[in-house]
This record gives sequence, structure tokens and C-alpha cells, in this order.
Amino acid sequence: MYAFEYHRPRTVAEAVSLLKGASDGKLLAGGHTLIPTLKQRLASPSDIIDLGAIAELKGIKEEGGRLVIGALTTYSEVVESEIARRAIPALAQLASHIGDSQVRNRGTIGGSIANNDPASDYPAAVLGLNATVRTNQREIKADDFFRGMFETALADDEVITSVSFPKPSRAGYMKFPNPASRYAIVGVMVAQTGGQTRVAVTGAGPCVFRLTEAERALGSNFSPSALDGLTIGAEGLNGDIHASAEYRAHLIKVMAKRAVQAAS
Amino acid sequence: MAKDGIGASVRRKEDQRFITGAASYTDDIDRPGQVYAYFVRSAHAHARINGIDKGEAAAAPGVLAVLTGEDVKASGWGGLICGWMIHSRDGSPMKAGPHPILAQGKARYVGDHVAMVVAESYHQAKDAAELVKVDYQVLPACTSTAGARDPGQPLVHDDIARNTVYEWELGDRSAVDQAIARAAHVTRIDLVNNRLIPNAIEPRAAIAEYDRGSQGFTLYTTSQNPHVARLVIAAFVGVAPEHKLRVIAPDVGGGFGSKIFIYAEECACLLAAKLLQRPVKWTGERSESFLSDAHGRDHVTHAELALDAEGNFTALKVQTTANMGAYLSTFASCVPTYLYATLLAGQYKTPAIYCAVDAVYTNTAPVDAYRGAGRPEATFLLETIVETAAHETGRDPADLRRRNFIPKSAFPYQTPVALQYDTGDYEASLNKALQLADYQNFASRRAASEATGKLRGIGLSCYIEACGIAPSAVVGSLGCGVGLWESAKIRFAHTGVVQVFTGTHSHGQGHETTFAQLIAEKLGVPIANVEVVHGDTEKTPVGMGTYGSRSMAVGGQAIVNAADKIIAKGKKIAAHLLEAAEADIDFTDGSFTVKGTDRAKTIGEVVFAAYVPHKYPEGLEPGMEETAFYDPANFTYPAGAYVCEVEVDPETGVVQIARFVAVDDFGKVINPMIVEGQVHGGLAQGIGQALTENCVYDEAGQLLSASYMDYCMPKADNVPSFQVALTETPCTHNTLGVKGCGEAGAIGSPPAVMNAVTDAIGVRISMPATPEKVWRALQDRRMPQAAE
Amino acid sequence: MASVSMTVNGQAVTRDVEPRTLLVDFLRQHLDLTGTHVGCDTSQCGACVVHMNGQSVKSCTVLALQAEGSQITTIEGLAKNGQLHPMQAAFREHHALQCGFCTPGMIMSAIDLVRRNPNASEEEIRGWLEGNICRCTGYHNIVKAIQAAAVEMRS
Repeated sequence: MYAFEYHRPRTVAEAVSLLKGASDGKLLAGGHTLIPTLKQRLASPSDIIDLGAIAELKGIKEEGGRLVIGALTTYSEVVESEIARRAIPALAQLASHIGDSQVRNRGTIGGSIANNDPASDYPAAVLGLNATVRTNQREIKADDFFRGMFETALADDEVITSVSFPKPSRAGYMKFPNPASRYAIVGVMVAQTGGQTRVAVTGAGPCVFRLTEAERALGSNFSPSALDGLTIGAEGLNGDIHASAEYRAHLIKVMAKRAVQAAS
Repeated sequence: MAKDGIGASVRRKEDQRFITGAASYTDDIDRPGQVYAYFVRSAHAHARINGIDKGEAAAAPGVLAVLTGEDVKASGWGGLICGWMIHSRDGSPMKAGPHPILAQGKARYVGDHVAMVVAESYHQAKDAAELVKVDYQVLPACTSTAGARDPGQPLVHDDIARNTVYEWELGDRSAVDQAIARAAHVTRIDLVNNRLIPNAIEPRAAIAEYDRGSQGFTLYTTSQNPHVARLVIAAFVGVAPEHKLRVIAPDVGGGFGSKIFIYAEECACLLAAKLLQRPVKWTGERSESFLSDAHGRDHVTHAELALDAEGNFTALKVQTTANMGAYLSTFASCVPTYLYATLLAGQYKTPAIYCAVDAVYTNTAPVDAYRGAGRPEATFLLETIVETAAHETGRDPADLRRRNFIPKSAFPYQTPVALQYDTGDYEASLNKALQLADYQNFASRRAASEATGKLRGIGLSCYIEACGIAPSAVVGSLGCGVGLWESAKIRFAHTGVVQVFTGTHSHGQGHETTFAQLIAEKLGVPIANVEVVHGDTEKTPVGMGTYGSRSMAVGGQAIVNAADKIIAKGKKIAAHLLEAAEADIDFTDGSFTVKGTDRAKTIGEVVFAAYVPHKYPEGLEPGMEETAFYDPANFTYPAGAYVCEVEVDPETGVVQIARFVAVDDFGKVINPMIVEGQVHGGLAQGIGQALTENCVYDEAGQLLSASYMDYCMPKADNVPSFQVALTETPCTHNTLGVKGCGEAGAIGSPPAVMNAVTDAIGVRISMPATPEKVWRALQDRRMPQAAE
Repeated sequence: MASVSMTVNGQAVTRDVEPRTLLVDFLRQHLDLTGTHVGCDTSQCGACVVHMNGQSVKSCTVLALQAEGSQITTIEGLAKNGQLHPMQAAFREHHALQCGFCTPGMIMSAIDLVRRNPNASEEEIRGWLEGNICRCTGYHNIVKAIQAAAVEMRS
């Protein structure tokens, strides 16, 4: 790790002002991507602004028929939240397979989606469930939030405060984990929300994306067999020593069908 | 039997410190005035070093020294060595290229040590390491095992032609060729034994200290064999006379072979300690372990098995290319030769065997012994080709094995590849394994899997290994530069408590318990009163360390021999105290008794008399301390039968182990609980090799599997609970009857898993059987059907 | 340098640290609690697991400064008055350790599991241990030890 200055603001406003004042500031949420990155010396921020003491960023609540999860809420808190499990069981189930037990005790939803790792699980939930990302400045629709590999719509001085999920009538998530890192090689979230069907795929491409062809097929027949005729090309998909693009393309279909099967 | 003696599953004495955080691993130790080292490693697989500018790094805060290959040269110190000479079939000695402590002239693999920065703090050393400017001229790299000898390949060592270390052979080639020509059937296979990275969970570490007064060094290091480290570092690197180097290997967090070897980092720390007159500490990061710990396996092999019309094996012919990496590590040369080809008879009475091995240099990390070392490669080859032959000739794999087993009546059995097996009963192990695995009813389990859309397969593996390494005269005649005996010293104190000093080293094996059990059994001293001391060249007699499943069969026997000397001396003292003839004294359960009477002295009383010799035999030395050195007469030959059952998800290609049965014959067992634990661990490593682990370099020599993000260690959910059982044919050439158990699991399991996978999916694929490979194999199989 | 205060194994501690100091280095180097180990640099091996406010965390992936004001328990703080924690005792009884290097993290992780899920099945135990790598035991006896400790901890 390179040396940096450390700050521990108590409010979002204070965090934003620290961020603005730093030459190259970085927000620290759960730290389970940022700290490993710092340890590998792949980043050298001048300032680390730790959001850990900001109470207003934490908590899970229902609000106007939606599930609202504070940005600093850990994966474990979602997994164990009665509210979350009742409102969107698929989301709690997705969170229960992120990283490992200790990662889940620290990693947060805000940190995950702000980082937008192409192999993270939460982006699939946010996009598939058509959530809204709330920041200190505005609300951003999921469709507008994820811009590309490690890229989001967030401005430099923008802080995610919470994520607001509409309650789906049914949703399911299925993940094929990388056998080593346990990140998603392919993760598929399928959801029907307010009559709309969404299928979001993570791990397979440079950024989470919607599978519109599958959405159309499931829109008229929400069953695994509706996806039998689906063909998914390998073009543009990721390939690495664990899974080629072709294999990922195949897995998208398998995982999508299993997610539909699991949807409740 | 003593309560805590041989055969009891005594709970481990050493555990108290491990479960309370009170153990002392190398990185837990801090020395007064200690400074920190960090290594600048080559980012290129192959590059000429035109110059190194250390100015900026040397001027950075806290930096005390920046050392390069030039500084090592100036110190007059030498490089690392390979301790086992192999001769090519033309009689020429192996080509051992120089192995400098810090690169001189060229960097030969990604991670090669190019410079060392020493600073007041770890952060300062690491910060400054980035300021060392190395002028690299990047060269094309040679990274392929199979292709390393091809014309036009870049030369890892400029003066070693065709990157060839040696071209070695064993066996009767013409007999084999004739048998193959006459055979009713010949099974031919090509296979790769995948390269692995050992990954002991404690990364390597070292603290080097120089004392101006004595002009001696102390080296704390993560070693499986501190005396071997002392010998090599003193005599070959030339750091100091051997008696001026104390090597301490404290608690060591796993080795699996990778901590046998002498590494550059510990030598560089010694140099820096001398130059700076400060203790110098280096603790490897996991990334450094991936890059620079000696890797394992990495064979490419073609093999042919000849069978007659009845299914008897008539000959085996093997051609292997073995990757040694960029430098010859400490024992690298013997792994694909004397620890591999000599095991190719397996459990079978194949009359003619020939094996040729070409060892090659590549621009990859050095490759050396890793749990099993050569024997897993031999077993994988043999048990794959036997299973393939069974399928090709329409025979049940168990029946084909039975037909070819060396019968129980044939021991001692001389194989055509140099070894003489002392005992074994291979059919007994196989029968027990098949019974435990419910082999008979496999078909119904397969049908049940198919009903849920899964494929099920079953696979066998009958392994043998040579361990209890090793009879010195034998290994000496084969090129080994050292003897492989072991030592023990038993020291009683006045009060009857015992210290046992052993030349072996425990880094997970539980010697502090099992060796104490030997004392309890032999001398009747409760294990609570026994302390086993290891890992410090100042404390223990010269010994050769722990590897090759040798500690009980060689080191344990040395303890027993020392105990026999204690008893012999005790009898003299007891005879005097009891006023009887020495020949009339018996010793059992800690008591010296006069035959046929109830007159007795406890060992405690006898020991006390030895230290307080007020009433004592004339001419007898006082004291009760005995040392023994034991050189085994032969290797030991643990063997066993493993049965693996897998279930495959054909949609994803994921393989799950449904059940795993291991039946092993380790001869006599000292502590069944510990022995079973050794088997469990070995099985997980073998299953890892078969299903998940793979060391991958790209063509440029970059390590793609360089962290736990990409190198797939077996985790708790990758392995099942195991069914393990034992059979027993005691070793005939040590009095304990023990054979050794440390490596068996890793040796026997990969072919069992892969044979099960083959059985499930109908086609043989290479290790590891990753989901994508399995899925592709199934796709390829379906293609022709789809076309119909 | 920055000042950090926390409670470690029941004792209040305050130290000055470089901001880039990890919690594990703080425990090992500043407090000499070397029972917590470092086995990797990518937050995966779990040798460094400690409890932070009652939850298991990887202390190699937490800055010491992030632990400001928190309650930390390490392997050294488990045994009370010389009495081993049931999980420690079960690890010894069931031979769930060999080299001992992963053991402190494994034990701390397992205690968090049993706290959350006192009736965990073998499959759940194996799933939970995803973040703890052991190279020695093949996990067989670790699973057995955790099952046994769970019974003990429930009673």
C-alpha cells in the first residue's frame, strides 16, 4: 500500500467536502475491493475517506412499497434482514452468495455497485430488479447507472446514499461462480416487476447487461422452457483461464433457465 | 501396550499452542534491531539485465542497502545447487546452469530475484523497491514443456543446448519393444501431469542475524530440514563454516515439499545481515509464493502398455518430458527419475518396463518435489493406462488389476525398475475398498443419478509408493549427494522427564505426539513427561529432515534404537541396584525386574541412579542420554486402493465427488487419528490436482494463475467427507513395522478421480477436469449423434 | 501518523499508526498478538479472521483506523480463565488442525457460523468455510469439529 491520508467523516456532506478537497480522494465503504487494490499497489489515492461512521448510510427499510437499502448496508445485513427476505427473497439469496462469509460481513451494496466490477453480483440485482440508485445529488435509474467496465454514471463528488428496489412479483438469481475467486463467471437475475420482465446478466461481459431476447420470451411465458430456443452468441463476452466466451454464452442460458425455475 | 503408546489415537500434545494463538512461526519472531527486506523481482520471463540503477532507491527514506547480483559476486559467495547428480544415457552429467542468489546477467522467469532492498521498515523497503531501475532487454521466452527442446527455442541458459538438463533412461528397452511387437493388445495414451503450486498456507519467511563476536550466523527460516539448509548454505553458498551457521526452523505452517529447498531469499538475507550488522527479516507475500516457491509435477508423457490375450501386462514403455523450470532446484533432478520411473511397476508384475525421461529448462519458476514427488506422476500414468486398457479390452477394471497384481506370496518382489518391494497385499486393499464403496451396486446409483439428469462415474486407483527415504548407499549409487539416514537423541533429566531430539522436522505431521508415543511404548514414560525437540541445528543431532514420508520409518526408528540403548544401559544399572546378573533383568512397562521375581526398579529410579551414581556399577559412565543414527535397509512401500465416485452436471460440466473411499496399507500405525488426518489432507490435494488446481503460464511466461483469485485451491465445498480404512502388512526391515503415510493420499487420488470422470462422461480429458473442459468433452461427444 | 483506539480481547488500547496500517498488522506488530496470521494478499485464505464487534472479518482487509472504537476478539482472547472455548477444544479433540497456520482464522470463522446458524448442516458448514483455506486437513476433521462444537455451544 502506498501512503495516504485517512478521514472518517460523520455525515455525507462532510464526506463530499473532503472528497472535493482531496487531490485524488477515494471513498472507502466496506473496503473489500478497494483495500485489496491498494495492497496490490494498483491505486495510489492521496486521501481515503472512510464512510464507515456515517449512520445515515446504513439500514434496510420499506418505503412506499419499495425496499430501500442504505449504501453502507453489508451483504450479511441483507441476508439476515427479515424485511429484505420478505420483500425480495431473491435479493437476500443473491447476497448470501457474494464473496465469502467474512466478505459479506464487511462488503456493502453501495461499494459494490459504485465499483461496478464486471463479475459482481449486486449489479445484476440492481439492473434486473429495475432499482433506483439514490445519491447525495439525484436518483439514477439502473438502466442509466452502469456505463461499462468499472464505470458508472456517478460524478466525481457524488456519493451513493441508498438503493431503492421495487418489489417484484417474482424474481430469481442463479450464479455460476469462478471456482477460485467465487466471483460470478455468469450470474443471471430474472424478475417480473409491475408486469415487466427483466433479465440481467453479470460476469459474462465487460459490464452487467440486459438480455432483451430472453426478456421477450419470458414476458409471454415465464418458464424455463420459454428459453429453449434462445441462442446467445459469444461475441463481446469475457474469456479467461476459467471460462471461454463460448462457455459463458452457454452458461448464460443455463443459469437463466435455472433462475426462472428458482424464481419466487 | 502403554496407554499412550503405539496404536493409540492420542490427542496431539502440540495443539494447545496452535489453538490458542501461542505458536511461533518465523514471521511471529522479531529480533532486536531488526530491519526488513523486500525483493525486486523480474516482471519478464526472460531478459538480459544491462544494468541496475539503484541510486534513487538507495536514497529513499529508511533504506539501508540495495543489493544486486554484483554485490553477491563481490562478497565471494556462490549460488544455489542441485544435490542429486543424474547422468544422461550417454554417460554425460546433467547440465546444471548457474543458480545465483540474485540474478546475474539474465532474469530467467517472472519472479526471479533481481535485487534486494533493505530498510528500517517493511513499507520503506517496499516503497524503495519500486525505485530500483533495472535496464532489461526483453528476450523471447521458452515456456512449453513439450516444446522446450525444439530447434529455435530460446535458450534459458545460453550454453545449454536444446534446454536439455539430461536425457535419462531406466529399464530394458529391447525387451519392452519385443513384448510390444508380440502383444495381443497395446494401449497407448498421451497425458499431461498438470503443474501445481504447493501453497503451504504459511508463506516462506526468513530472519538472518550475524554476530560479530562469534562471527557466526543465525537463520530462522521456514524449512522442512534445517540441517540440510545449513549444509547447503554453509558448504556451497559459502556463507560461513558449517558450525558457524545455526539454522532454526520454528513452527512451520505446512511444507508439502516446497520448504525442503534452499531458496535465494534466505541467502540474500544472510548477506545483508552481515553487511549491515543488523538482523534482516523477509516475509514472503502470497504473490511471491506463487511466483517463486518451487512448483510441482509438470510432465508430458507418452506411454504404451502391452497385454497378452488373457489380459496379462507384458510390457510398459514410457517417454516423459519433465519441466525443471529456469533453474535446477535442490532435489529437482531426482523427482522425474528415481522417484518416478522406479515406481512404474506399481502393484503389477509387468515383466518388462522401460522409461526415458528428458528434463528441460523453461522460463518458468523452478519445479521440484511436491507432496508425492514423482510417485503421483507414476501412479497417474499407470492407473490411467490400466483403466484405459480395461475399457479397450472390455474387462472390468478391478478384475484386470487383480489379474496383474503381484501376489501376496511373491514378496520380497524385485521389480524390473530397480526397487525391491518388501511386503504387500494388494488384493486385500482392493477388496476392502470395493466393499466399502459398494462397488457392486454402482449401477443402481448411476441410474438414480440419471433420473435427475446427472451423469455418474466410478473410478479406481491402486497406488504404490516408495518412501521412508532412504537407504544411503542406494541413493548414493544413484547420484544423491547426501546420506538419508536419520538421528535421534534421548535425554533423561534427574527427575525422569525426557527430551527427544530428532533430526526430522514437524510442520503439521504431529511428531511431538507420535514420537512421544514411541517413548511411552518403549520406555514406559507417560507422554506428558516427554518433550520432542526439533528444528534447531544447535539443539538436535545432525539430521536430514522431513519429506518423502520418512519421519516415522527412518526418524522414528532412530528414536527406537536410541531407546534400546537406554534400556541396555538401564539394565546394567538395575542389575547392580538389584544385585542380579544383567542377563536376568527384563524391561517392560517402565520397570526393570529380575526374571521370575517381583524385585524391580522403575526407570525413574534407574535414571536417578545414573545421575546420582552413589551406588553404581564400576566402570559405567554416569548419565542417561543416548544417541542413535539409523540408515534404513530399503525404502518402504505403502500401497492402497482408492475408489472415487463422481456426479457430473452435463449442462454445466461441474463435477462433484459423490463419495471417496481410501484403503491404505501403511504397515503398523502409531497414531490412527493422525494417520487418517494425513490421508484426508493428501486426498484433498489429489482431488485439487484432478479437479481444480492448475498453474498456467502464457506464452510470454507470465503466470496467469498467480493468486487465489485464479489458482483454484480446493475448499471445503470441493471435497466430501472421506471413508478411510487400513489394511496392514508390516514393513519387514524396520522394527516398528511402519511404512509412512504422508504422501499416499496425494499419490493415489488423482487417477481415481479422473477415472471416475472418464467413466461418467465417456471420454478421457486432461487434469484438472474443469467444468468447461467437461462440458466441451460432452459437446464433442454429442456432435456425431446430432449429425445422425 | 494517526491515533487509533479500540478494545482488543477486553483491553482498551490506543496506538499511533500510519494510516496504511492494516488491522492484522496492528494486532501482530503493535500489540504482539501474533496468533492472527497472514496467508495471502487477496483477502481469500482466511488465516487472519478475527471478530470485530462480534462478527468474523478478515483483518487483512480492514484498516486499523476503520476499527476505531470497535471490540476486537482474536484467537488469544477466546479462552477464559484457562478454559478453552468449545470450538478450540473441539479442534483438538477431532484433530482438525495439522500445521496450525490456518487454525486461528478457521476457529474464529467457525464460531461466527455457529452463532448465526447453531444447527448448520455439513453442507452449510462447508459453504460457510469458503473463505478459509486449509492445505493440511482436507477439511474432513474441521467439519467434524465444528459439528461437535455446535452441539457443545448449543447446550
